[in-house]
Amino acid sequence: MSTTLTMHGDFSGKTPVDREHTTQPAAPAKDTTMEKTATPAVASAGTPFAEILGAALRRALPPVLGLLLLVGIWYVATLKGGAIPGPVAVWDAATVLFADPFYNNGPNDQGIGWNVLSSLQRVGIGFGLAALVGIPLGFMLGRFAFLANMVNPLISLLRPVSPLAWLPIGLLVFQKADPAATWTIFICSIWPMIMNTAQGVQRVPQDYLNVARVLDLSEWKIVTKILFPAVLPYMLTGIRLSIGTAWLVIVAAEMLTGGVGIGFWVWDEWNNLKVEHIIIAIFIIGIVGLILEQALILLAKKLTKEAA
Amino acid sequence: MEKFVQIEKVGQTFDTKKGKFVALRDIDLSLKQGEFVALIGHSGCGKSTLLNLIAGLTRPTTGVLLCDGREIAGPGPERAVVFQNHSLLPWLTCFENIYLAVERVFGQKEGKPKLKARTQAAIELVGLAHAAHKYPHEISGGMKQRVGIARALSMEPKVLLMDEPFGALDALTRAKLQDELMKICEQTQATVVMVTHDVDEAVLLSDRIVMMTNGPAATIGEILEVKLPRPRDRLVLAHDPAYIDCRAAVLEFLYEKQAHVEKQAA
Repeated sequence: MSTTLTMHGDFSGKTPVDREHTTQPAAPAKDTTMEKTATPAVASAGTPFAEILGAALRRALPPVLGLLLLVGIWYVATLKGGAIPGPVAVWDAATVLFADPFYNNGPNDQGIGWNVLSSLQRVGIGFGLAALVGIPLGFMLGRFAFLANMVNPLISLLRPVSPLAWLPIGLLVFQKADPAATWTIFICSIWPMIMNTAQGVQRVPQDYLNVARVLDLSEWKIVTKILFPAVLPYMLTGIRLSIGTAWLVIVAAEMLTGGVGIGFWVWDEWNNLKVEHIIIAIFIIGIVGLILEQALILLAKKLTKEAA
Repeated sequence: MEKFVQIEKVGQTFDTKKGKFVALRDIDLSLKQGEFVALIGHSGCGKSTLLNLIAGLTRPTTGVLLCDGREIAGPGPERAVVFQNHSLLPWLTCFENIYLAVERVFGQKEGKPKLKARTQAAIELVGLAHAAHKYPHEISGGMKQRVGIARALSMEPKVLLMDEPFGALDALTRAKLQDELMKICEQTQATVVMVTHDVDEAVLLSDRIVMMTNGPAATIGEILEVKLPRPRDRLVLAHDPAYIDCRAAVLEFLYEKQAHVEKQAA
């Protein structure tokens, strides 16, 4: 029990700070790299194949070097043995693990694939509910100043609270671990969506609203033809921040609730002292988070390109 | 109709951090149906404020504005506005931008094919049929402004209000659009109020030029009747004594009678 508490303390202390300061500046940097990949592709219409290959290599070189450096340091650091296994041992464990990712030996022993999928499912449900509530609420806060003045202090009060602090409330209300974890995801995802949507609505250019006034458009037309397209980029930023946070939080929540999920799996492997598996889990969590974020950046690019 | 738009004893005061700011006072003006009136004056004289009052985007502090016998209580499609910066919605094509306006005005009485025909007619009126399905960011500034004009005209407004519609364009494009606008006004017999700070534009296009004194507390200084026959041709007019006289009168008002405040400001 005492170990559970230290884990808990670790996450509630670090995650909210980390998500605010790492995901936000990282996003524009990724955007520019995306643009860079797009421009040579256009320019390369007449360039020979070797040159395209060279450009691709030059782009791929720094990240690959970085990865090699990480693995190198890890290898050297674990050369003398100790509690942490080296890259070779982890690789061997991974090949065994990924040979059969979807086995099912009852609720407490399932393949890594099932664990990741159940975590994703919880994130999907909690996140989806948060979008259903948060985006319309954000629209209303942006549109009606009175409502915003009423709700904003509450948001400021509740937003800094670690989502894990809401977990006991969820457990109490739902009497079950699974909906409680989803509830935690809901809570942590909803703030960025409300705030970014509301901000987007407030920043709709006055010119567009004047057009709406001169045309005397109905509120429905204002929302569908002017507000929604204008707010879409802000909304997508909110969604991206939310899903990043949700993925951070689910691991911690599952450690506390148990069941099937990547967070529970990490905790289970800790209890079994399979440190190789914990390291594999760290990589999996990172890769899934990266894919989620990149997918949303792609979606945002596609949608805003259509809109613009 | 003699008094299609009536502006009576209109004043506009804004509350600012430094207290009350009187932008306009004692504005009395009436427009005939089918008349083209230009509002001219130095920047900050409240031309746009007056236009916004006619549009209904702002309400006057004192006085009353009437359009076709009814008080102007708010903005509405019967008084279409061409905005200075075109204000097209970037996520809609030119066609869709105009269709949004057409649908609003005629959507209850007419079916889709009729609405589309109206939109098409409006876009052809400004000579942009080929760009109908382009997005605003794909066309030039002059073309955007033409779409803005088409959008306003498509609503068949009682009054067309234009806030420095060609201010952001280069001289050649501006001249071309002025000629187009003259043709369109002749075809549609539109009643137009146009804010401008271009003397040539004012004389070329208008039946009357309303010259405003410098702000704060600006009002109408003089009104000049431009009695030049239509259709007007800018090349012929350049040597027309009546045109030159009108031009001189406006310049004199702007740079002699109203010059002192400009110096103060500078």
